[in-house]
Amino acid sequence: MARRAIDPRAAVALAALIAAPLVLTDFWLVQILGRALILGLIALGLTLLAGFGGMVSLGQMTVAGVAAYTVAILTTTGTGPALNLPALPAVLLALVLGMLAAGVIGLLAVRTSGIYTIMITLAIAVVFFYFTRQNYPLLNGFDGYAEVVPPEPWGRPAPFYYLCLAAAAAGYLWIARLVAAPFGLALQGLRDEPRRLESLGFDVYRHRIAAYLVAGVLASAGGVLLVWFNTRIDPGTVSLGPVIDILVIAVIGGLSHPVGAFVGALAFVLIDNFAVEALPAARERFNLIIGTFFLLVVLFSPDGLLGIWRRLMRPPQDAGSTARED
Amino acid sequence: MTRTPAFGLSLAAALMGTTALAQDDPIRIGSIATLEGAFTVLGEEGMRGLELALEQAGHAAGGREIELISEASDATPDSAVQAARKLVENDGVDIVIGPLSGSEGIAIRDYSKTQPEVTFVNGASAAADTTLREPSENFFRFTTDGTQWMAGLGEYVIEEKGWTTVATVAEDYSFPYSQVMGFMLDFCEMGGTVPEKFWAPIGNKDYTSIVYSIPQDVDAIYVALGGSDAVNFLTQYQQAGGTKPMIGGSITVDQSVLSAEGRRRDYLVGTPTAGPIADNWDNPAWEAFQTAYREAYPDGLGSPSLFAHGYYVSTLAVLEGLNEVEGDLSDGQAAFREALATMTLETPTGEVTLDENRQAIADIFLTEVAMDEDGELYNEVIGVTEDVTQTLGMPREEFLALGPASRDNPSCP
Repeated sequence: MARRAIDPRAAVALAALIAAPLVLTDFWLVQILGRALILGLIALGLTLLAGFGGMVSLGQMTVAGVAAYTVAILTTTGTGPALNLPALPAVLLALVLGMLAAGVIGLLAVRTSGIYTIMITLAIAVVFFYFTRQNYPLLNGFDGYAEVVPPEPWGRPAPFYYLCLAAAAAGYLWIARLVAAPFGLALQGLRDEPRRLESLGFDVYRHRIAAYLVAGVLASAGGVLLVWFNTRIDPGTVSLGPVIDILVIAVIGGLSHPVGAFVGALAFVLIDNFAVEALPAARERFNLIIGTFFLLVVLFSPDGLLGIWRRLMRPPQDAGSTARED
Repeated sequence: MTRTPAFGLSLAAALMGTTALAQDDPIRIGSIATLEGAFTVLGEEGMRGLELALEQAGHAAGGREIELISEASDATPDSAVQAARKLVENDGVDIVIGPLSGSEGIAIRDYSKTQPEVTFVNGASAAADTTLREPSENFFRFTTDGTQWMAGLGEYVIEEKGWTTVATVAEDYSFPYSQVMGFMLDFCEMGGTVPEKFWAPIGNKDYTSIVYSIPQDVDAIYVALGGSDAVNFLTQYQQAGGTKPMIGGSITVDQSVLSAEGRRRDYLVGTPTAGPIADNWDNPAWEAFQTAYREAYPDGLGSPSLFAHGYYVSTLAVLEGLNEVEGDLSDGQAAFREALATMTLETPTGEVTLDENRQAIADIFLTEVAMDEDGELYNEVIGVTEDVTQTLGMPREEFLALGPASRDNPSCP
């Protein structure tokens, strides 16, 4: 892998992202780019599961929620159990618990396929949402926890942005290599021909659970950043809306390449923030706008925004000669 | 002095998204209301009240123009904070008016502590703890809270109606906790009992399990649900043949629910409630407000709801404060905040002053649902409790010792 030359487009994108704090206001840095990187990181796990493993899981936000709640409970300086743990052990514990949650979701979900995977992970997500809402002793119910701030200096805009960027870049590089490594290739084999892989000696279920664990690490890291981003958590963070948002992000970005999750997240965050300004009458109609956008992308480019990009970039003489790509 | 530096400075300030320095720039006000989810109708009402107040002031105060930027939330604390961050950190507003819902208010109070440069004036959110515990220096509430709204209701129910055993049905978050507490403090002290409390999540659609669990031996049910939740519960309760008389939470038999079509109309007549407004209050200021509302919003409700009233009062306070300091928001808005904290505000429902936690002290109306000759439901005034404080007249220490309102507090089974 290391022999492969660095993709010049990736280098340009990374340089632009690193230089962003020099030109952008704090709002753009944190609320737009930071949020897109966090949501992209969570959706990246779904890209791995769905795009490369053929398992559409709606459990990513739930795993992120487990990690976020863990950090909130252990470190909040506001109303709460007042444990005031240092950030590092809290984050480590959050990652461990998030992975545990991902493992449990994986255990339950790997025996199903197709729409049943969606249904069982959706059920888990909804159960977790209602649990967070109803549970007061541990999770403080509807109000959740406020005043969850990262340790200095990470709470300030530029450092926080770089923290998100570092986590997202690490996640991206990891997944980009993983899908080309034997593990990822086997995962794609499991997606297309599970029986053949099984006869070759692969343990289908264990391999899939491992993929859930990988996705769980990404979601947990995203969850930790998300609670720091919001400086708070409540059941709204893990409700049905955000759970579906992750799927929307992964699909509009494109499931065929890990970068799709981040492209989708950026499009989603931009629509979320600015659709209202472009269409003042649509202030109450955000879901209609994102839904229409989603439908258009799915209808006209099943491979999301990445697919559109590829079609635009393809040299003219190649147009229509898809057979050659095989 | 040339004009260029001043212009450059204000341009730079605008570009940086921070508070504009020049006195003749417009004042930027941001609003947050629930324009999504179960409380959409309530949020629209809030915006009507806010826009009416701005309209009446000619979109100007203290000699400066006012620019309004609105954001939507959905009653979850997260959504309110996200809206506030957009307003403060991107749009660079000077003042935020909102939010609407109880737990949103607590979240915005927490957020306001991180933005000392901006003044936050509550919209209509009414959880007691927002200002009662851990108040924020730059968060002002000119509306009364859910506990205050219940003033006089418990006593009335026992003495006039003779209902001594009541089950409660309410949404499971901070504002209904405040309402149930406000009702039960009086009610329990006078010998009433509440054997069973039911809590439903906001936006719940199916209330059948609650409807069939309501004990048969209660005299009445106390219902504190808002918007579509109230409509759903009442419809399902009636379809199941429920006949217990009802005691209404402040937003349950508010115009935002009374104006909704449905079979439940006859059932609601005679329902006692209490709150910050009374639809037929015989008072020139209230009638002027009612008329202005009806003229401005022919498609609105029959009479302004308490959300329109809440946002109207809050906006009035902001306008009045700006007039008093002649639009001067310099020095971290110190003069403006001083004006807010010390003003006696004339509102459509009487005078409002603030206590040391910047929480309103105002009159509360005891009302009963009645039907007019056109078959429209409205809240008829039974009595007015004057100058209700956040601690319901108790010494602050004693009131705080009762503990925060929750599912289990207070309790008198």
